[in-house]
Amino acid sequence: MDDWPILSLVTFLPLVGAVFILGIRGEAEVVARNARYVALWTSLATFIMSLFIWFNFERGTADYQFMEQATWFPGYNIDYKMGVDGISMLFVMLSTLLTPLCVIASWDAIRVRVKEYMIAFLVLETLMVGMFCAQDFLLFYFFYEGVLIPMFLIIGIWGGERRVYSAFKFFLFTLAGSVLLFLALLAMYFEVGTTDIQTLTAHGFPASMQTWLWLAMFASFAVKVPMWPVHTWLPDAHVEAPTAGSVILAGVLLKMGGYGFIRFSLPMLPLASEFFTPLMFTLSVMAIIYTSLVALAQEDMKKLIAYSSVAHMGLVTLGTFTITQQGLEGAIFQMLSHGVVSAALFLIVGVIYDRLHTRLIARYDGLVERMPVYSLMFMIFMLASVGLPGTSGFVGEFLVLVGIFQVNTLAALLATGGMILGAAYMLYLYRRVIFGVMTKPDLKAILDMSPREILVFAPLLVLVFWMGIYPMSFLDVFSASVANIVDLHQAALLQAPGRSFASLFSLSQ
Amino acid sequence: MTAISLDLMTALPELTLAGLAMVLLMLGVFRGKESAPAILGLSVASLTIVFFLISLGGRPEADAFDGLFILDRYGDFMKSLVVMGAIVTLVMSRRYCEEERLQLFEFPVLILFATLGMLMMVSANDLISLYVGLELQSLSLYVIAAIRRDNLRSTEAGLKYFVLGALSSGMLLYGSSMIYGFTGTTSFPLLAEVLATTSHGEVPPFGMIIGLVFLLAGLAFKVSAVPFHMWTPDVYEGAPTPVTAFFATAPKVAAIALLLRVMMGPFGDLVAQWQQIVVFISIASMIVGAFAAIAQTNIKRLMAYSSIGHIGFALIGLAAGTEEGVRGVIFYMAIYIVMNLGTFGCILCMRRSGAMLENLEDLKGLSKTNPLIALPLMVFMFSMAGIPPLAGFLGKFYVFMAAIESGLYTLAVIGVLTSVVGAFYYLRIVKYMYFDDAGEPFDGAIGRDMALVLIATSTIILFLFAVPGTILDGAAAAAASLLAG
Repeated sequence: MDDWPILSLVTFLPLVGAVFILGIRGEAEVVARNARYVALWTSLATFIMSLFIWFNFERGTADYQFMEQATWFPGYNIDYKMGVDGISMLFVMLSTLLTPLCVIASWDAIRVRVKEYMIAFLVLETLMVGMFCAQDFLLFYFFYEGVLIPMFLIIGIWGGERRVYSAFKFFLFTLAGSVLLFLALLAMYFEVGTTDIQTLTAHGFPASMQTWLWLAMFASFAVKVPMWPVHTWLPDAHVEAPTAGSVILAGVLLKMGGYGFIRFSLPMLPLASEFFTPLMFTLSVMAIIYTSLVALAQEDMKKLIAYSSVAHMGLVTLGTFTITQQGLEGAIFQMLSHGVVSAALFLIVGVIYDRLHTRLIARYDGLVERMPVYSLMFMIFMLASVGLPGTSGFVGEFLVLVGIFQVNTLAALLATGGMILGAAYMLYLYRRVIFGVMTKPDLKAILDMSPREILVFAPLLVLVFWMGIYPMSFLDVFSASVANIVDLHQAALLQAPGRSFASLFSLSQ
Repeated sequence: MTAISLDLMTALPELTLAGLAMVLLMLGVFRGKESAPAILGLSVASLTIVFFLISLGGRPEADAFDGLFILDRYGDFMKSLVVMGAIVTLVMSRRYCEEERLQLFEFPVLILFATLGMLMMVSANDLISLYVGLELQSLSLYVIAAIRRDNLRSTEAGLKYFVLGALSSGMLLYGSSMIYGFTGTTSFPLLAEVLATTSHGEVPPFGMIIGLVFLLAGLAFKVSAVPFHMWTPDVYEGAPTPVTAFFATAPKVAAIALLLRVMMGPFGDLVAQWQQIVVFISIASMIVGAFAAIAQTNIKRLMAYSSIGHIGFALIGLAAGTEEGVRGVIFYMAIYIVMNLGTFGCILCMRRSGAMLENLEDLKGLSKTNPLIALPLMVFMFSMAGIPPLAGFLGKFYVFMAAIESGLYTLAVIGVLTSVVGAFYYLRIVKYMYFDDAGEPFDGAIGRDMALVLIATSTIILFLFAVPGTILDGAAAAAASLLAG
């Protein structure tokens, strides 16, 4: 297996499945069933392939591994270049894990245009995995932007009532940010003469360029994360998207923004990153507190979880811009944990949505009477989202707080306060839906989770506890890469001793 | 070989096309109405011959007819795009002509003459031959726009196009005469020489600049750039759909090719003088193209505004005024023509109970009723919006690359932001097709030739990113050849 282009295989295998599904012909019922099975087996095969990356990945080094390279734009120094380091490897795993779960979760829920639905998800998987593997900025941008197309269709075709509005808002918000990233890409290409990410990282951009490049990248990544105040597309998109769409959106797509900050903004533009740290802290703390308060007032379960996502991602950006070992490790861990937990929470909502076709909290009460297994699952993931020790959520939050306490006590204080609010809205949600007396007549006949549904949650359950109880097996993967980023950042700051931050704003140097 | 036969060899594709077009015209005149389908087929065959003469020629770069006509790789590349556009348009119009009883042999013959005019424009090396080529093209197009003479909108479109086109030709001529008056020559190479000697430090004669502005205004009209775009939506809407498809593709490419040659060749040393004009035209076109299209309900009108916007994007490359910029424009136009041919192919399939449909509302639920039309149209729409990995993104990539390299940051930022606005209306078409409930299906089979067009164009748009070198190398060689001369 050593000389196989394993990353390209993992990236493009889902596409092969999509082509197969495209070719399925026949009666509607048969087509739907075959499409489901092809999608399931393809995504499972992809996941198994990606396990090779997990097992063969060499821990304890910041180097890129499984490198592949081929000429793409001849004569322009733009290559097809793939590779993973500790930071991106786990996101690849997360993407390949969540896709088969999405396929299973949509098994009965999606009844119209099953074929197109499965194609969209497989294409989406290709784009997600490719984005995390890309070692060339332009290649990254291809995948990063390409994600918009299948996601737009998933929200727009299989979404809820206001799906058209939400799909457009999602697409245009994200596109508006991304086009500025595109200009930053071009400017960097002209400065360096290549779009190879490693070369760009090593280049050391002049201080006068860094501010503008940073702001252009910020426009794109902040929308994607999403940071307050450009988060407004997320609640809409989540509420209207089908369950599996929400899972991918929360589980992977939001991480693209955080990943972008860690992969591009921090190492390539150290001076500007340092300069804008107060801005990032302010926005992150605002996100944590404000969106938590908003979440408390939500009537719609999905909207509540969507706002909680914004708050959790605020913690991620907070940790990222501490630029300390603990803060960054915490941010990455928090992203992974959020990827598992929020995915699970959206699936949890999906389970009862499939039964009653409403997400309004007021329509449910006392579910514990009829659905004990469901209540247990809900409780575990709810507590993981709150950050109970022993679950994955705790490790990420703890590390981020350790990081932020070293840098800015006030921000740490406010962030901790926001997390208390986090516990408040989740417990409040849980109480309203699960506890109490079951009074609604249409709930009397509600069924507990089917084996298929339990199967979806099983891997997520294992991960939540694994990450919470023995986080080292994940931290090991990326701690060397994080240390490398922190070291390079310190070195870059030392190299520019006489330079005040004012130099960032002088355009002519 | 004598000088004259060398000249004839240099202009072989044009001469062949002229001869064949006249033969077909005769055939039509003597055989009458019934010959129309045959002449349509023969026209496609003639254009195919010309296409092979252009692309396989391997003829040396040379000028002919005392420097009025130039043959270079730039011209060959642009001409092959033009001829390709004409061929595909004719192929696509076959079914339309049958069903709408547009069995006029004049239609294909006029398209041949228009194409001939375009080939002359692309190869023009002198203000006089430029004008002759342009007029041959324009006069044919005026007639084609009004070819449904019993249809009020079609005749209105033709008349409008003619009046405004005549005005722009007047401006162009006036500008040319000013340029001649102040420099004493109409030949491009001589103009370049004269202007090269004056441009170092000194400002060229003021009257020369005025002439240049008039020339630019006349050409801007032909590419339908803002503020000379008013005719476009009306003509696009009024003309029969195959004619609109033709307007949106081949003449646009030819006019842009001409614009590039004039600006980068004789006036290449005056970049500082015309750059601001082109920047303005480009920004204005992008903004109008993006915002005016939002309110449209007729898909042909929408495509008119879309093409105005695309011309704005292409002109970003010209505004850069560098070889990279020219390469970007050429590449952009190559992708533009493929996208537009495909899109108009889809529009030509919009037919229900024997009548053509033009409203966006008619596309409702197309993905359920006619998935094989909806899918390519979706690909083209995302491509026009410039979303990777589709080819439209690659086109934008190269023009913006040139803009950034030349330091035109404001232009680039405005450009990308208008592309977001533009994305809105492209997405709206996708919304109609994929998000809305189904309406009545379109009429039956689209025909094998149309299916072939749709498959070929959407395949190119979808997979160009995997092998960008195929078109890009040609564009780069063409740009190098334009600037070498």
